[in-house]
Amino acid sequence: MKCRYACQSPEHIVARRGFLGTLAAGAGGALGLGALVQPEAAAEIAAKKRRVLSIFLSGGVSQLESFDPKPGTLNGGPFRAIPTSVPGTHICELLPKTAEQMHRISLIRTVNTNNNDHGLSRYQVERGHKKTPTSDFPHIGAVVAKGLDEGSSLPGHIHVSSGAGSRSSNSAYLGPKYGSIGVGTKGGLRNSELPGGMTATVNDQRQAFRRATDERFLQRRRTAETDAYVQSHEQALQLMNNRDIFDVTKEPEKLAERYGQFDLGKQCLLARRLLENDISFVQVSHSNYDTHAENFNFHIEQLGEFDQAYSVLIDDLAERGMLDSTLVVVLTEFGRTPRINRKYGRDHWGRGFSIALAGCGIQPGGVVGKMSDDGTDIADREVKPADLFHTYLRAIGLDPTSDFDVGGRAIPMADPTGHAVEELLA
Amino acid sequence: MSESPPQDNQPLEIKASHVAREWKHDAPMLGCRYHPDGKHVFSSSMDHSIRRWDLEKDEHAVFRGHESWLRGIGFSPDGKQMYSAGYEGRLCFWDAMATAGEDEAIAPLRSIEAHQGWIRWLAVSPNGKIVATAGNDLKVKLWSTESGELVRDLPGHEKHIYSLMFHPNNEFLLSGDLAGVVKQWQLSDGKLLRSFDAKPLHTYHGGQQVDYGGVRCMSLSADGKQLAFGGLHKATNPFAGVQEPLVLVFDWEKGEQIRTHEATEIPRGIVWRLIFEPDGMLLSGVGGEAGYVIFWNEEKTDSHKFKLPSPVLDLDRHPQNPEVVVANHDGGLRIVRMTKPA
Repeated sequence: MKCRYACQSPEHIVARRGFLGTLAAGAGGALGLGALVQPEAAAEIAAKKRRVLSIFLSGGVSQLESFDPKPGTLNGGPFRAIPTSVPGTHICELLPKTAEQMHRISLIRTVNTNNNDHGLSRYQVERGHKKTPTSDFPHIGAVVAKGLDEGSSLPGHIHVSSGAGSRSSNSAYLGPKYGSIGVGTKGGLRNSELPGGMTATVNDQRQAFRRATDERFLQRRRTAETDAYVQSHEQALQLMNNRDIFDVTKEPEKLAERYGQFDLGKQCLLARRLLENDISFVQVSHSNYDTHAENFNFHIEQLGEFDQAYSVLIDDLAERGMLDSTLVVVLTEFGRTPRINRKYGRDHWGRGFSIALAGCGIQPGGVVGKMSDDGTDIADREVKPADLFHTYLRAIGLDPTSDFDVGGRAIPMADPTGHAVEELLA
Repeated sequence: MSESPPQDNQPLEIKASHVAREWKHDAPMLGCRYHPDGKHVFSSSMDHSIRRWDLEKDEHAVFRGHESWLRGIGFSPDGKQMYSAGYEGRLCFWDAMATAGEDEAIAPLRSIEAHQGWIRWLAVSPNGKIVATAGNDLKVKLWSTESGELVRDLPGHEKHIYSLMFHPNNEFLLSGDLAGVVKQWQLSDGKLLRSFDAKPLHTYHGGQQVDYGGVRCMSLSADGKQLAFGGLHKATNPFAGVQEPLVLVFDWEKGEQIRTHEATEIPRGIVWRLIFEPDGMLLSGVGGEAGYVIFWNEEKTDSHKFKLPSPVLDLDRHPQNPEVVVANHDGGLRIVRMTKPA
């Protein structure tokens, strides 16, 4: 189900296109065929498969009710701060299970997008650049998928959602191969079975015929668009052949109970399943935190789900030996105003909010940045979205100062003005 | 025994309502109650404190013992003890008229970790023997005011419990929750006697995937024949607080809804407190974007709205005088006289 935001911003009312029916659509971008300018980096990555999981808390989670509580202040709200497994680090009492995992997690409490618009701020957080009318930049998932591309037949950039799933053209100049493919938690990969009456043999024959005709056409008229067309077909076939890995019901019932039988729990479990099957980047999302009214009531409900799913996910990844090679980031487009409005709500606040990182390449148990006592100003160590982008890439072994080879052009992997948060890197 | 309340024989003239007095605090107000003596008002605010305001001397004392917001304040019938319940789940017993040194706060006589999560409402039985609390752990709990011990636990709600009310006969307790379910409990044995269906006060918003609304307050008419529940409806956008105030009135005997009161011209309103006047008129404290005291009568005619400078988050009726006290979001504690200005 598509979640509606309180502010009804255009970002939140654009319906996405259908998935398998439109795989070839939007194939106008230049193709980056997975090659880094620095081939030695690709070899290094291949030595140890690394992955990224993004947990996106849509609408703007309150930093004061999550990772940066200010109890006992006028802006602090009704909740208390609780100790965590890291001495000296406290988080909001709404996250008791997360508190027990804090020795595996690090926080940045001073992210500044300086933007209070859902879409524009989210663009910065997810793409590491400001949105401009004349340029488009790839989603972090596309950058990771391309940067870690080892020629896997499966897509490297998956967005899990509660709905049916869709395909997005969020890869910009990296081309449609790295655009996100949406997967729902209900019933596995929809429309991925062969039509009734068609046998595997018949399907193989018709695909062979398609390939032959494609090849004949490509010999004379090969373009980025035709490559995208071919890739879309091949990617769809691989998804069909591997449909079981997208089916969260294949996981043990007890484990599903631990993650939680609500949408975010199912999304996180499916995400772990996908990461385990070498998908490079998976994003899950949790709606909705856009709480202009009754912020505290709604955060009890929403963060209760997040706390369970997130803490179990971190624990599960650690138990399976996957956390060292999986970067898990908890993102949101912005925080919420320290000041409590007249409806017990908090409004949009891009000037100092929190995110969490754990796993691959991250020094655990750290806290970077400090807000003022009342939560209104950055007191120490501002971190900008471009800095986050550099940090993610460095954590998984990519060099954000290197370039992508896009159709013969060298394009910076990350905004050259950004710098990794060095103190967080392992 | 407490002293007799001050006598005030001015007739009620709701359309002449006006703010007679006000005090400003630097933190938004959350709750307010008149002390039984009618000479003091107790307020709670977002700074986690309780304040006792002396209406004659214009002084106030500070009580500190909570680590969170609180809206639940009640008194023993003789006014000697004050009870408070906070969102950290703590129930505190206080000497209501205690004093402290300059710049010092009064501490509780007793603190009980009563619930897991918020206690949203506190009620004291008319005979003063029981204090009831309810909250986010889905439990109603009855406590002895004498010993502070748990007398009874009343499980059964499936959503957060928002409001409580003792029946004046000391035999029943009512509890209302987020889903619009109101349960009537028998105090002697904890038996659930019946439920009232106040579901129009609940909204499940599919787009935002949230439950919203709830039975925010309740009141029983002086003759015991009508029971009113307050809250909100038409919640088209819960996250933005787009809704309208709503009151449901039930026949006590039949358990059936007999009328509603709406205020369509007050968008984003929530009824936070309801009190029946002896003649059957309903007083309500309404918050949201703005603040009102709204008066509704049984015939749905001649109702009146009195606007305040800031949203009303709580209201209480003076034990005898024609006035109410309101707790405002702007930190104001205001006495609204429902008579012609002097």
